[in-house]
Amino acid sequence: MTAMQPKPFDSRKLGMRQTPFYPRQMDWTITNDWLLWAGYTSPGSLDVVEQEYFAIRNSATVFDITPMCKYRVSGPEAELFLNRLVTRDIRKMRDNRVSYVIWCDDEGHMLDDGTVFKYSNTEYRLCCQERQYDWLTDNAIGLNVEIQDVTDDIAALAFQGPTTCRILKNLGLAGVEEMKPFDIREFPFGKGTLSVSRTGFTGDLGYELWIDPEQALDLWDTLFEAGRHYDIRPIGSHALDLARMEAGLLQPNVDFQSAEFTLRHSRRRSPFEIGMEWQVDFTKGHFNGRRALLKEKQQGTSKYCLVGLDIEGNKPAHAALIYHRQKKEIGRITSAMWSPTLKTNIALAELKRPFGIDQKEDIWVEIYVDKEMKWERVMARARIVSTPFFAPARKNQTPPADY
Amino acid sequence: MSMKDNYDAVIIGGGHNGLVCASYLAKAGRKVLVLEANDQLGGAAPGCAHIINQLNGAVANDLELTKHGLKYTDTNLATIALGEGGEHLKIEGTRVSALNGAALSEEDRVSFNKMMRSLHKFSNLLGPVWGKKPPRLKNQDLEDKITLGKLGLSIRMLGKRDMQDFLRIALMNAADLVEDAVENKLLQGAIAVDSVWGTHLAPRSPGTVLSLFYRLSGAINGRQGALALPAGGMGAVVDALVAAAASNGVDIRTGAAVEQILVENDRACGVQLAGGEIITANLVISNADPKRTFLNLLGARHLDAGFVRRISKTRTNGNTARLTLKLNSLPEFTGLARSDLKNRLLIAPDILYLEEAFNQAKYGEFSNQPAMEIVFPEGAEPTLSALVQYAPYHLKGGWTDEARTAFLEKALDQLDRYAPGIRDHIRESELLTPADIEARYHITGGHWHHVEMQIDQMLMMRPVHGSAQYQTPMPGLYLCGAGAHPGGSVTGAPGMNAAKRILAMEA
Repeated sequence: MTAMQPKPFDSRKLGMRQTPFYPRQMDWTITNDWLLWAGYTSPGSLDVVEQEYFAIRNSATVFDITPMCKYRVSGPEAELFLNRLVTRDIRKMRDNRVSYVIWCDDEGHMLDDGTVFKYSNTEYRLCCQERQYDWLTDNAIGLNVEIQDVTDDIAALAFQGPTTCRILKNLGLAGVEEMKPFDIREFPFGKGTLSVSRTGFTGDLGYELWIDPEQALDLWDTLFEAGRHYDIRPIGSHALDLARMEAGLLQPNVDFQSAEFTLRHSRRRSPFEIGMEWQVDFTKGHFNGRRALLKEKQQGTSKYCLVGLDIEGNKPAHAALIYHRQKKEIGRITSAMWSPTLKTNIALAELKRPFGIDQKEDIWVEIYVDKEMKWERVMARARIVSTPFFAPARKNQTPPADY
Repeated sequence: MSMKDNYDAVIIGGGHNGLVCASYLAKAGRKVLVLEANDQLGGAAPGCAHIINQLNGAVANDLELTKHGLKYTDTNLATIALGEGGEHLKIEGTRVSALNGAALSEEDRVSFNKMMRSLHKFSNLLGPVWGKKPPRLKNQDLEDKITLGKLGLSIRMLGKRDMQDFLRIALMNAADLVEDAVENKLLQGAIAVDSVWGTHLAPRSPGTVLSLFYRLSGAINGRQGALALPAGGMGAVVDALVAAAASNGVDIRTGAAVEQILVENDRACGVQLAGGEIITANLVISNADPKRTFLNLLGARHLDAGFVRRISKTRTNGNTARLTLKLNSLPEFTGLARSDLKNRLLIAPDILYLEEAFNQAKYGEFSNQPAMEIVFPEGAEPTLSALVQYAPYHLKGGWTDEARTAFLEKALDQLDRYAPGIRDHIRESELLTPADIEARYHITGGHWHHVEMQIDQMLMMRPVHGSAQYQTPMPGLYLCGAGAHPGGSVTGAPGMNAAKRILAMEA
């Protein structure tokens, strides 16, 4: 009699869907750390988080972004539709380019952020973390545009790290090194096409790979084969979260609350209140929330701001409160970490204006540390710094360094 | 944009509210142009309505409509609820009597009188609210506070019992109210049907008491809820409004269909006509229905998506047809004398009849046995004018000629029950379905009131929040039609209130 094998974990029994890459991630995982992302099974980690993090900064990592919501926006008024949806002027985009965008409700409050992929004036794709089909169909009323949820039709991998370009070249993607940040290119792959964009959520050199789900496992296998000597590894969202914090990238519903999910009106935030002023273009014509945002800007009624903090010590300031002169409460930390690369204690923080705008000195963070079942309270001095905290030259270098 | 003869305001739509709004603005010294797509002014007023019962008293006085030719042949029309075999009931204000030996108990007679008196009293409370901009709760406007305060005070002044009764019934359905009060089925039907004219509601639908209040809130010569027949028909009412507008110096153009509201620097700055002609103005005021105004004429691209969704979800499907029969001679109604035909006749034999008629409309069919309101307006030739309900805008298979003819036959079948042989009197017939009303008067959904009159689409929520008090999200663009507070019917109140609001806002 052979020894009883433990039954493999099957997330479907929990009602979680599985992406085409799930079997390969199952092969890799030693942590069995699965999270739910938009209905899909998504790894929090597959191995030690620190190792995964260092792979992002030193070699090549694969993160399954198939659950990312993807919407095809097409039709004669696709450009008009998107330009009314988002706050920046997407008419400035060239074909086969990607743009980071944010969008607001009628009151000028943040709903979500995402990326627009432009293929032509009548053909776009919008990618974002949260489901947005309702809002997009509302936005389509009265416009000649078609919105299709293509989330399940496209399998996708975020491929991030310094050696990724080399590996893609090994994969035979001729000319991939010429791609500039935010470029999109298509390459023949198997009997189909692999679409590559030089985009990511790590603030590092990296690409996102988009493929027909039928060819997903072929892509995974050939990619890992091509990266065999370059320490390629799959990662989970915990490591990614560390990288995005260093890059100063915001996480919806962490660094700001999507207006759609707030019960309390006061929890909604405008782009001006989360450091997204640069995204708002009042000169482009009408867009959702424009009148409210213009009023906010003209009347100076923004109440908050989002800043980067460099905090003394090495204890991450998770969910900590922030004080002025150690006395007056002026805000809270939204994301915090000890940055292994920078060797600094960094955080994103929401402050009540004028703190963070006109008053930047004498700011303190109240950190509680559990020292063997005893809470120790530390008032750590914090300095407001500009983000991104970490922005390596390789992020934008074209062609990227060869290895 | 600068032009020498720039108008202060251009009004889209020469319906009655557009004319009223124009007159008020012109009286205040503004240079106003009214643009009407059709060759006839008055919009849907002549097409949909045949009785005057809610014309706002202030409008009639301020615009001196009597001086401008408004006359009535009757200002206190009685109602005859048609019963089988000539056993009719006659309703005169708050009193009801039996004709030709119709069964009517003394209890019903008394309680009908009691119920109508309190309905009139309650409706009278609401009258002042319809004649002001809808009060909003969140702004600190003194006028809004006064409007609300006065309403609250007048409800309180009713006394404890009446106040409780008002609050109890205000949002109830008409069937429950009526069945509590009287037992006579014909009488129940007659009261209940007046709560549903022009709506997508039946007597058991919530909110029908409120629509009854709305209907009864008008007064003529101080008589609450009275019905009047204008001399020369509804067209003559329009003529008086046009004359008033002309005497105030309003410019009017007919056959001028607005195709687009023009926007510059996020402000409405004029309109473009179907032929391409551009007319600039400091203000654009739309008497068109909200969906047409925002979605067709202005365009979603100039509006926020949440607002567009709310507008697009407003309930605007009409359910009432208008029948006009040109007759060789007046027909004989069983049990009625020729002189009785100057009254209003109702075909609404009981509440169940109305509910069954509505059932079919819910599922996209017209009523096999429609409810009808019949009058014989004064004119050169004998004419029968009737409202026929229910005729859903979204008819299964659409309003084809065959469907229209089939529904016409259903209406004639009902008429024939009470006026046998009426078909022989007909020289010419015209049935306007909601689809026809939409096509002819450019009202989305062909709804009399533009936007269904229910509590969630009334007051500061009319047509939607974000566009109350006649303002719109687009600076320089205002609403003045039935889709704005207080709502539909020939009242002139939206036009008057809008003009006052605009004069206050754009001083």
